[in-house]
Amino acid sequence: MAYSKDQLLARLKELQIEFSQYEHPVVLTVEAQAKYVGNLGGALSKNLFLKDKKHRYYVVSALADTKVDLKVLSQRLGLGKGGLRMAAEEALVEILKVPLGCVTPFAVVNESARHVSLLLDQGFKAQEYCFFHPLSNDMSISLNAHCLDKFLKSIGRDPSYVDLEANPPVGKDQPPDLAAFVPSDAPILSDLPVKAPTQDSTGKHVSAASNSAVVAAKAIKPSGNAQNVKEKPVNTVQPSIPAADAGNFVEELLDRASALLLSEISEDSIKQHSGQLGAEVANNIKKCLREDLKNLATIFKNTAYTEGFYAGTRYQPKRL
Amino acid sequence: MEKVEDQNPQQEEDQVVNPWEVSAKDGGKIDYDKLIDKFGCQRLDQSFVDRVQRLTSRPPHVFLRRGVFFAHRDFNDILDAYERGQKFYLYTGRGPSSEALHLGHLIPFMFTKYLQDAFKVPLVIQLTDDEKCMWKNLSVEESQRLARENAKDIIACGFDISKTFIFSDFDYVGGAFYKNMVKVAKCVTYNKVVGIFGFTGEDHIGKVSFPPVQAVPSFPSSFPHLFSGKDDLRCLIPCAIDQDPYFRMTRDVAPRIGYHKPALIESLFFPALQGETGKMSASDPNSAIYVTDSAKDIKYKVNKHAFTGGQETIEKHRQYGANLEVDIPIKYLNFFLEDDAELEHIKKEYGAGCMLTGEVKKRLIEVLTEIVERHRRARAAVTDEMVDAFMAVRPLPNMFD
Repeated sequence: MAYSKDQLLARLKELQIEFSQYEHPVVLTVEAQAKYVGNLGGALSKNLFLKDKKHRYYVVSALADTKVDLKVLSQRLGLGKGGLRMAAEEALVEILKVPLGCVTPFAVVNESARHVSLLLDQGFKAQEYCFFHPLSNDMSISLNAHCLDKFLKSIGRDPSYVDLEANPPVGKDQPPDLAAFVPSDAPILSDLPVKAPTQDSTGKHVSAASNSAVVAAKAIKPSGNAQNVKEKPVNTVQPSIPAADAGNFVEELLDRASALLLSEISEDSIKQHSGQLGAEVANNIKKCLREDLKNLATIFKNTAYTEGFYAGTRYQPKRL
Repeated sequence: MEKVEDQNPQQEEDQVVNPWEVSAKDGGKIDYDKLIDKFGCQRLDQSFVDRVQRLTSRPPHVFLRRGVFFAHRDFNDILDAYERGQKFYLYTGRGPSSEALHLGHLIPFMFTKYLQDAFKVPLVIQLTDDEKCMWKNLSVEESQRLARENAKDIIACGFDISKTFIFSDFDYVGGAFYKNMVKVAKCVTYNKVVGIFGFTGEDHIGKVSFPPVQAVPSFPSSFPHLFSGKDDLRCLIPCAIDQDPYFRMTRDVAPRIGYHKPALIESLFFPALQGETGKMSASDPNSAIYVTDSAKDIKYKVNKHAFTGGQETIEKHRQYGANLEVDIPIKYLNFFLEDDAELEHIKKEYGAGCMLTGEVKKRLIEVLTEIVERHRRARAAVTDEMVDAFMAVRPLPNMFD
């Protein structure tokens, strides 16, 4: 399933992207890489795979001598002061599908890296060409930033370059300037019974035109407000109608009932009601949950009705 | 004979209550007794609350128990007919003037949802986008957009889609609805409408001809896709008392065109955080709790802006107790704290000076945060397709089930 180095190279050639490739022994660091390709005139890149507290991932690809301060970056993304750290090796393998020491912007070609945000050093643009690993540590390829862009666009990614050394103030009146790079992950609030994950429409699309109906590598224009769950129908592809999911609905009901049940049964209540505890708790649960559950059921009903209504308005009568 | 209010409200020196302005005399409190007297509606007393409980076999809504819905016209007729097996339908609405809804806006909808559930009756909700376009000078597109946005918050109050029809004037006026509008318009002279609503020679003709639009949803024949063949169906209108003028006019006209007079059940105004001088204002964000406020916002607003009846010092407070008459947290709890016993306890302790303002505010913050949270989650489940479905002109076969 993971993209291999050869597949990537073939793809680059297919897209007629200009690049040069250099094989060398496996390298795990920029210093080691420099020994083999450092004198060829291009700029080396250092690539970080980061994660935040909400399990969102970022690839930060910068010129080797660009100073990247994780604390500053974290603030600029709106994650607070200590919000970013290096991702674990397992995540590297699982999400980016590359080995240790091989983080590269090309890794976002993998389906598993769909939600990973990519930050590119604007310093790349000033270089004639830059070196990256093509999904494997035993090779480096050099290409111009333009060409990297062409590749990224071909997989539905919007290449955006950032001044990684900048340190703008972030405060009440100055929102974090990189907030748009925070991925809006799958738009389901786990406690809403009704919004089952549907097609992969996420957040708000801005350039629907550049995306075909292939949802796989959709560029997520990450909405800075990761809490926003409202799904806006996209007019180009099928609009997302959240499904009335009976399973989720029931889980929500059971969660609430059991939470209440657990809170009702305590040492005190056992002492107080002993044999009658069952009846007492049952009554309380009914009393407290009745309205709440009815509301949840109404939301479920309305959603199911809307699904049916939508289908009905697009129903094709039988041909006679 | 019913008293039909003819005096131009703007000429009164004391309180002004009409659909476009609510202000008390000399910046004091609204005198509801005077209002009932002047308008000519009836007080809703405890016997009604008990009767509703009997007829619906469920506890009456907190707004009924606490006298939030405190006045009515012909509610007893509705209940009599209901007892005889004759159903009715509900009609309420909103003027979509802004995207920001506050808790005061939700009150008639919360109550209407209860009525829909308790009596198992259908509901029509009118979004007067045309009115706001005219009065607030919004563009047609903007008022239509606001109508749809407001519809989402309304739907989030929990209405049953199989029994509810939401419509915007710009979309729906026409056909049978318009025929009724003309019938009503023919029965109201220019002088009369000036007298009721206070129009002047400077007001444009859009305003002058608007009142029938808000009147005719009271007549079942305005909705042939819902109530065809049911010309006898009665209508109950839950609304805030400032809407009374529209329906006084409607009730005056109804018998003349062969329809039942709509019944009304009317609420108090929800006081602004800063105190009981009138309605909340959408232009002052600190005067109200908005449905988009975060828990932090609510905490801040209640702590910093709620007008309290507590004394200036703790010693004075312990000695004299709080002034419950003007205390906003107590008033808000009166609206939203479900538990009667707990409210009584708080009033007693706070009034006696044992409980401090901070504690009362803390409890209020909890209650309000829960309401706003629940609303936000329900709102997140409302999609544009759901709005389309609620607003589609479609039959509601199970509307009385």
